[in-house]
Amino acid sequence: MSIWEYANPKKFIATTTPLVPWLMWTSVAILCVGLTWGFFFTPDDARQGSTVKIFYLHVPSAMMAINAWIMMLIASLIWLVRRHHVSALAAKAAAPIGIVMTVMALFTGAIWGQPMWGTWWAWDPRLTSFLILFLFYLGYVALWAAIEDSDTAADLTSVLCIVGSVFAVLSRYAVNFWNQGLHQPASLSLDKEENVADVFWYPALVCIAGFVLLFVALVLMRTATEIRLRRMRALEMRMRG
Amino acid sequence: MIALLKRDLKLAVRAGGGFGLGLAFFLIVIVLVPFGVGPDAAVLTRIAPGMLWVAALLAALLSLDRIFALDFEDGSLPLLATSPLPLEGVTLIKGVAHWVTTGLPLTLAAPVLGFLLNLEPGAYVWLFASLALGTPALSMIGAFGAALTVGVKRGGLLMSLLVLPLYVPTLIFGAEAVRRGADGLDASVPMLMVAGITLGCFALLPFAAAAALRVNLR
Repeated sequence: MSIWEYANPKKFIATTTPLVPWLMWTSVAILCVGLTWGFFFTPDDARQGSTVKIFYLHVPSAMMAINAWIMMLIASLIWLVRRHHVSALAAKAAAPIGIVMTVMALFTGAIWGQPMWGTWWAWDPRLTSFLILFLFYLGYVALWAAIEDSDTAADLTSVLCIVGSVFAVLSRYAVNFWNQGLHQPASLSLDKEENVADVFWYPALVCIAGFVLLFVALVLMRTATEIRLRRMRALEMRMRG
Repeated sequence: MIALLKRDLKLAVRAGGGFGLGLAFFLIVIVLVPFGVGPDAAVLTRIAPGMLWVAALLAALLSLDRIFALDFEDGSLPLLATSPLPLEGVTLIKGVAHWVTTGLPLTLAAPVLGFLLNLEPGAYVWLFASLALGTPALSMIGAFGAALTVGVKRGGLLMSLLVLPLYVPTLIFGAEAVRRGADGLDASVPMLMVAGITLGCFALLPFAAAAALRVNLR
């Protein structure tokens, strides 16, 4: 029994299809609990008032935007090394979800920034690096769409993903070298000293867990769709040929 | 490798079009800026470092698809791939040739165009130096983008979308160096960052570009 068994598309679909509804409903339930807790049962921040509550959407979506690229990087490496098609398709399936997460983080950030900083957008290092991450996602999806042969597309996008992740990670951590930005430093590191107060910390953790589950469920679902799509294309080709 | 470099340079100079085009584009963009923002000298002085860098970057982008597309179309790219020279060496030389035909003229022309935008006198040295250090990175990143999209019909737009985000760090530090030079501050930190990006690109990207080419030639 090894994990590579699930690289078989048939086995993958058979295993994940019953899992998806469970994951989906669990994530919905967790998100309901986390967001309700965050929105209605936490005190307003002393200085920020109730605007602080968008934190429960902003932080998890921003984390998932970065984690989705890392997941795509791992899937691309598996495809390049072991040539499992499911892995390449999983990377393809994750990209649009990553785009949605990035847009969500940028939007909630803008809505939060307007009352707090007095501006929707500032050319702050962290905001800029997120915008660049968004552009990387767009390029990745565009490259998948542009190339007809699916194996070539998978190879080229994998190479792009690896090169892109070097730059994405660089611009992500370049933030730590500047300190002049408007954006505050990480408020959820494992180092307990810097964290926000516990009242805000626990509902945020719940929301992050919900986002992770939602991401996993969506990726599994979209990967299964991609596999079926490819099967359908193969059938069409056979019928024509 | 030297022979390949010579061949590419000859083709770029003699085959017409590509060599002067980037320079002319650079000139046009810089001339357009005062029309767009108004000829106020103080405003121009302030935006000159950034505009010069952005224009140079766009001019370098313009000629990227020539790096591999022509060789791909006439079939010399498969020949280069089967030659004893490793493909990583080929992509490296292609990047260097692109720099000599595009980045180097841009670097030499930039101080002249600086006059048009009323650049601070102290910034000319930094403009020249930062472009000289930064444009090789632009060429090498461009060679990677060109290698990715060489098989795509009309891949120019797609390549811009892929390459431009990769250009951002070079642009930030390059323009920052000129700006600090213009303000009379110490510009050595952004210059070191530009140099680091260029060296890193030349060390790593030939491998990525060669991998992409191998896939496209399969």
